[in-house]
Amino acid sequence: MINASAAVWAEGAPTLQEVMPAEGVFSLIWLLIALPLLGATVLLLGGRRTNTWGPYLAVLTVSASAILGILMVVGLMDRGAEERSIGQSLFTWVFAGQFEANMAFQLDQLSMVFVLLITVVGALIHVYSLGYMQHDPNRRKFFGYLNLFVAAMLLLVLANNYLLLYVGWEGVGLASYLLIGFWQHKPSAAAAAKKAFIINRVGDVGLSIAIMVIFVTFGSVTFDDVFGQASEVNEGTLTAIGLLLLLAAAGKSAQFPLQAWLLDAMEGPTPVSALIHAATMVTAGVYLIARSNAIYDRAVWAATAVVVVGLITIFMGAIIGSAKDDIKKSLAGSTMSQIGYMVMAAGLGPIGYVFAIFHLLTHGVFKAGLFLGAGSVMHGMNDNVNMRRYGALRAAMVVTFITFMAGYLAIIGIPPFSGFWSKDEIIHAAFERSPIIGSLAILAAGITGFYMTRMVAMTFFGKARWEDDAHPHESPKVMTIPLIILALGSTFLGMALLFWGNIETWLEPVVGFSTSTSPLSTEAVIAISLTFVIIGSIIGWISYARREVPIVAPRGSLLTRAARADLYGDAVNEGLIVRPSFWLSRLLIWFDGRVVDGLVNGSAALVGGASGRMRRYQSGFARSYALSMVGGTVLVLLALVLVRLS
Amino acid sequence: MSGEDWVFWISGSFAVIGALGLVFSRKAVHSALWVAFTMINLAVLYIANSAPFLGMVQIIVYTGAVMMLFLFVLMVVGVDSSDSLIETLRGQRISAIVLGLGLAVLLVVGVGNGLVNSATVGLVEANSIDGGNVEGIARLIFTDYLIAFEATSALLITAALGAMVLAHRERWLPRATQQELSKGRFLSGSHPGNLPTPGVYARHNAVDTPALLPDGSISEESIPRPLQARGDVRAVDHHEVNEIKEVDSQ
Amino acid sequence: MNPSNVVILSAILFSIGAVGVLVRRNAIIVFMCVELMLNAANLAFVAFARTSGNLDGQVVAFFVMVVAAAEVVVGLAIIVTIFRTRRSASIDEPNLLKY
Repeated sequence: MINASAAVWAEGAPTLQEVMPAEGVFSLIWLLIALPLLGATVLLLGGRRTNTWGPYLAVLTVSASAILGILMVVGLMDRGAEERSIGQSLFTWVFAGQFEANMAFQLDQLSMVFVLLITVVGALIHVYSLGYMQHDPNRRKFFGYLNLFVAAMLLLVLANNYLLLYVGWEGVGLASYLLIGFWQHKPSAAAAAKKAFIINRVGDVGLSIAIMVIFVTFGSVTFDDVFGQASEVNEGTLTAIGLLLLLAAAGKSAQFPLQAWLLDAMEGPTPVSALIHAATMVTAGVYLIARSNAIYDRAVWAATAVVVVGLITIFMGAIIGSAKDDIKKSLAGSTMSQIGYMVMAAGLGPIGYVFAIFHLLTHGVFKAGLFLGAGSVMHGMNDNVNMRRYGALRAAMVVTFITFMAGYLAIIGIPPFSGFWSKDEIIHAAFERSPIIGSLAILAAGITGFYMTRMVAMTFFGKARWEDDAHPHESPKVMTIPLIILALGSTFLGMALLFWGNIETWLEPVVGFSTSTSPLSTEAVIAISLTFVIIGSIIGWISYARREVPIVAPRGSLLTRAARADLYGDAVNEGLIVRPSFWLSRLLIWFDGRVVDGLVNGSAALVGGASGRMRRYQSGFARSYALSMVGGTVLVLLALVLVRLS
Repeated sequence: MSGEDWVFWISGSFAVIGALGLVFSRKAVHSALWVAFTMINLAVLYIANSAPFLGMVQIIVYTGAVMMLFLFVLMVVGVDSSDSLIETLRGQRISAIVLGLGLAVLLVVGVGNGLVNSATVGLVEANSIDGGNVEGIARLIFTDYLIAFEATSALLITAALGAMVLAHRERWLPRATQQELSKGRFLSGSHPGNLPTPGVYARHNAVDTPALLPDGSISEESIPRPLQARGDVRAVDHHEVNEIKEVDSQ
Repeated sequence: MNPSNVVILSAILFSIGAVGVLVRRNAIIVFMCVELMLNAANLAFVAFARTSGNLDGQVVAFFVMVVAAAEVVVGLAIIVTIFRTRRSASIDEPNLLKY
């Protein structure tokens, strides 16, 4: 399937950039993280007295970070291409023997786009949340967690070493856990939070072992040291590191086989789903792979594994998204699928990294828009998420409808909407690597057209199937304005990045870029993929807009039922992991109860029993004590005599 | 055997007999007398071992003062069940004897073994330096052992004071007047007057003889309690009692 | 007089005293047994003094006697006190050490 040799992978690989000192606006890199962290601290420790103004403070801190980020991107653009990697070291964080990890940041082209995505989308979602969470009594906590998330995510992308990245990695995991379980009074939300956390742990273990291997191999965990020496390390070690990093990425980005948590994560408030589980956190895996490009470029098999994982997830996500009636879960399936695209692209090597990031950016914007649109719909429909009880909402929610359509057109890849440019580039790159990968990517694009059309048709078109007490209405301005901004982003971001921002040349110094001959011309790829998308969309339209949508879901085909059950991801986990864990736990309980407790209790009983016996000698009779004294004297004498006589 | 050996074997045997008597006597007074006997024999052995001063001190301090103090306390405390030779602690006696034998054997083996081959220097020379045993000890006590000697004097004073403190009884209530004592005696309901005197007969005239009541039975109250506790009550011969009755009836 | 014989006698007396301490219940008899043990030790000291040819042993024996006298005074006072409260001179009675 992949006929590339290591030599080809090395072609287009980036050379290490010289790190510039942090001057001017860049001396404030730390402030990017510190501001939301301050907000989180104030909100979470401040208690009830921050209830009134706390949410606004949260919005303010993230907005300030966003403004700072925009200033920095302007500053970065002013510089020459070779001067765009900026390092800032605050202090030595861990110092033990040969091991040294600094609290140090690295702002380069890759981090920069992430910073922009996180802060700008984050700020929009914060604003949106002001409206969405208006009536929630725990609003303050919610905003505190959101700020915490933004801080952790920024730490993740700004870290200049793997260990600091790991801190951010765990920080976003924590924030994700807290926010999924934000409505913890619902058992389903609490369970979903735990599920997300535990599955993420599996990936985190991969990352921590990867960091250990990296340290043992390279003697350092800084990106510059690792990537600089990557060519001197044998391929086996690099493959191991690559696979471990892939495991980490799969956990965080909900890729096969650790995908099961993302669908349940939709139990969290919708802004959370938009920010964390669509736009930013779940793309951390892609960031990790793209950042570690120096490793994957030299470990072809690890990269191949990345492609395979990505491809599997594209289809799993798409199939699940096609069958779910819950609008958020359907979108979650879509997210999985789209991240699958990114992961696959990242596995393609230097021809794909750029487009993986490109798609990540456009997806972050339009998927956030779609989620927020879904949230707006739910807001008007009494928080009902069942699309079978929607229908004909386009008149009731005009702004939501229009913005949602922008996201819709973007995700299925209709030109000139942003998703078209990024997805098309990925498909093209896939064809460059292998026609099979490319074909599968195009097929998945068709499925995307189907499920997104289904979603739009069920929600905004057809007949109203509302519940009796539903009174659909447009959301307040504080919610629609972010929607409008994100819709504009969905429409124009792709073009802006590609033609004005020159995303390839921008990212090339960090992740490398190369093109090779493709069996299909660009035009042909566009034509074919558009054809597939339109076919998929028409099928979706016919099935769900022209025909009556039953309120109760029909039984459906085998595939539909499997997809509704998340393709049995939970069942697989249950059978492969949970059951054996239970058995193991039972064994351990038995072991603990019988053997360990037996030993402990046995020794206690021994002491107790011995004491019981000894107690009899503690009779209180002075003569008994005198007897033992004499006995002791005899023993001492005996010892003395034996020593003397021997 | 020289004269010295004779002294050793005789006095030594007596000392052991006295010690055994101490342990095996049923009555505490007998034990005290046995131990006094042992100590006198030990004094003889001291003197025979060139320690005439210690021998004298032994007799004066131990036999004369300490043992008499013991006897005095014995009289105060009197007789009770503690004099019984029946062992109440299980295994105590047998273990004590085993351990005692072991102790003796080990001491003999250990200490005796160390002395077997050592020559005896004798104290003739040491005693002659200051002109005698008493002078020699005196010189040592008032030179090398002066501090220890002064410390023992402090110890003795402390001990005397301690004994007084321990034996002192604090009076919690005001001393009862004669009237109160009398009232108490009569109100208690017990026998207010003198107890009956012991029996006085033609053939027996002693405190251990119980008085006879008019019906010929014995009056328990007429015998002092310590005698009762010791079991030293003389049995009354009923044949004699009958004789007395006959004489009375004629 | 062989000094080792004297020491053996001393050991025997000491052991008899020890056994007496262990088997008798009357506190006064126990006390007398302790005195017997002290005397046995004194006898050994005297014998040693003679063996080694100096008077230090006799001085130590003298001190033992002094200390024993002090001990007797205090000990007997204690016995009398105990007797006054418990009406008994048995050393098995005050087995409150148990609690």
